[in-house]
Amino acid sequence: MKRFSTSFGVVKAVESANFQVRRGEIFGLVGESGSGKSTIGFMVVGIYKPTSGKIEFNGKDISMPARKRSKELKREMQIVFQDPASSLNPTKSVADIVALPLRTHKICNSKEEERTRVEELLDTVELPPQDFVLRRPRDLGGGERQAVAIARAIATKPSFIVLDEPTSALDVSIQAKILKVLVKLQRELNMSYLFITHDLSLMRNVASRVAVMYLGKIFEHAPTHVFFQNSQHPYTRMLLSSAPVLTEEEEALKPKEVKSTGEIPSSINPPPGCSFHTRCPFVMGICKTKEPKSVMTESEHYVACWLFVK
Amino acid sequence: MKRLLDVNNLRVGYKIYKGSSKVLNGLSFTVHEGEKVGIIGESGSGKTTAMRAILRVLASNAIVESGEISFKGKDILKINEKELTEIRRKNITMIFQDPTAALNPVFTAGDQLANVIKYSGIIEGKNIRNEDLKAKSLELLKDVALQDPERVLNSYPFQLSGGMKQRICIAMSLGTARDLLIADEPTTNLDVTIQDQVLHLMSKLVSERNLSVILISHALGTIRGITDRGCVMYAGDMIETAATGELFSNPLHPYTRGLLESCPKLTGGGFSKGIRGHVPDYLDPPSGCRFHPRCDHASDVCKREKPQFVGDSDSHLVACWLYNKR
Repeated sequence: MKRFSTSFGVVKAVESANFQVRRGEIFGLVGESGSGKSTIGFMVVGIYKPTSGKIEFNGKDISMPARKRSKELKREMQIVFQDPASSLNPTKSVADIVALPLRTHKICNSKEEERTRVEELLDTVELPPQDFVLRRPRDLGGGERQAVAIARAIATKPSFIVLDEPTSALDVSIQAKILKVLVKLQRELNMSYLFITHDLSLMRNVASRVAVMYLGKIFEHAPTHVFFQNSQHPYTRMLLSSAPVLTEEEEALKPKEVKSTGEIPSSINPPPGCSFHTRCPFVMGICKTKEPKSVMTESEHYVACWLFVK
Repeated sequence: MKRLLDVNNLRVGYKIYKGSSKVLNGLSFTVHEGEKVGIIGESGSGKTTAMRAILRVLASNAIVESGEISFKGKDILKINEKELTEIRRKNITMIFQDPTAALNPVFTAGDQLANVIKYSGIIEGKNIRNEDLKAKSLELLKDVALQDPERVLNSYPFQLSGGMKQRICIAMSLGTARDLLIADEPTTNLDVTIQDQVLHLMSKLVSERNLSVILISHALGTIRGITDRGCVMYAGDMIETAATGELFSNPLHPYTRGLLESCPKLTGGGFSKGIRGHVPDYLDPPSGCRFHPRCDHASDVCKREKPQFVGDSDSHLVACWLYNKR
């Protein structure tokens, strides 16, 4: 659980979220703005400390802020932020930006070794080193900047990366390229990703398991193919039916019975019971008073909705 | 169908510190009466510049080099301020991308809406009573499916969510447009479920009032959802136009194809490789077809000469040398 105090009161950004990211998998976290998906990502890498609850990594409790974590742990976990324009130091060259984690973690023994490693890293994210080492973030396009951010994240050979909307600031033609690089790296280096996005179509193509969040809670959670063929939570179905699509085949996948209505309520004062009941077309009496527990409806498929509680 | 808006060979550039950029490179397109046209293009392709040129609200460093924008037979670029004001009041309205920036933070939504209604002259007569203005405002807000319109009228923009603000902007534009509505990325800042609601609402209201629409977006799915005809823009040129269904099922231009392939699909299937390179520098744009440095099919003629629109019929046109047999 994560709470923030604001001048309006206490915001429960993440109220309850249970999930595991397995070794070597891409775990997708989907939600609209204000659902708390980024807050989860930030807690995992230690930017925020959970108010209560536990985060474990390789069996060890890591529910503490980054400054209290061991250097080794910080080397293992990295993050790529949404907006590469603000996550790269504008005064440094690309070479310096990518070399910083190498220096912090004393990975290279000599200047030469560092230079070769930086060039190698730029190569893996498909930026020709000779053209890029001396350039500064302002001279790069959005996609190139994000590629630099990725090179920096993989510099320490982490086993786990949080990707917080890594392509939502990019154009589609550039997005495809960056995603290709990310997926390729994940396979080659056998890393795990916590992939945070609001784009369901994107999720379909990268993640092996997907969880949907709404107002700080995980509503549904399933392997990707199950999730897209047999989604059950009314909110998931609303998200799917709202997704803009390009082909008839995709249109056929969209649920027809749930039309998008209403807006996300404020997380300062969320509705009682199931927080989705104000927008749900299937709302029942119990939804307004009691919060549903997550139940398993089929193998590895969890849904938190009274419709599925027997 | 009668032609409402004809943009012909429009060239617009910007004067900047490093020289003068050439953004719109002889842009031409047409909007018919009652037609919903979608303009697709990535960031930096000149979509917004083109729309701002139509209303003559370009930035002060913009230079319109040549071209004509004929609206109902009048060339917007040549008419005087008075006529232009009339067109802005009564004929063409625009919804901007960022509703937070489009609304004035120090006036209530009601005040701003009332002002727009007064200015547009949709209520006849010299002395408009405040009650009439309020009644009309409420009516417009109800049209855009805002709950509790009374409260919204008395709210300042910061008290409203992004979706609500954009609905107010839509109410302003829809309520006062008589011919053409220009919507510049109206849902880019909104969440998907809200985007879906806003787009369907816009589409419904526009059909009811028989307005023409230009919807600009870089999200191809939104264009496919609600428009009749799609136009694809690249680096200041219109490169393909067709009925929306046809454009998405049978794209011809290599750029359009690349763009469609780049989009991840709900049905899965992985990713394409995207399109290499990026939108050119407008200070020194490529010669000939501006897409040639990124195109896998580029030949010598592409570098020399800009391709003109060709097609079997008027319905599907493409500007590419692959289809231009000479």
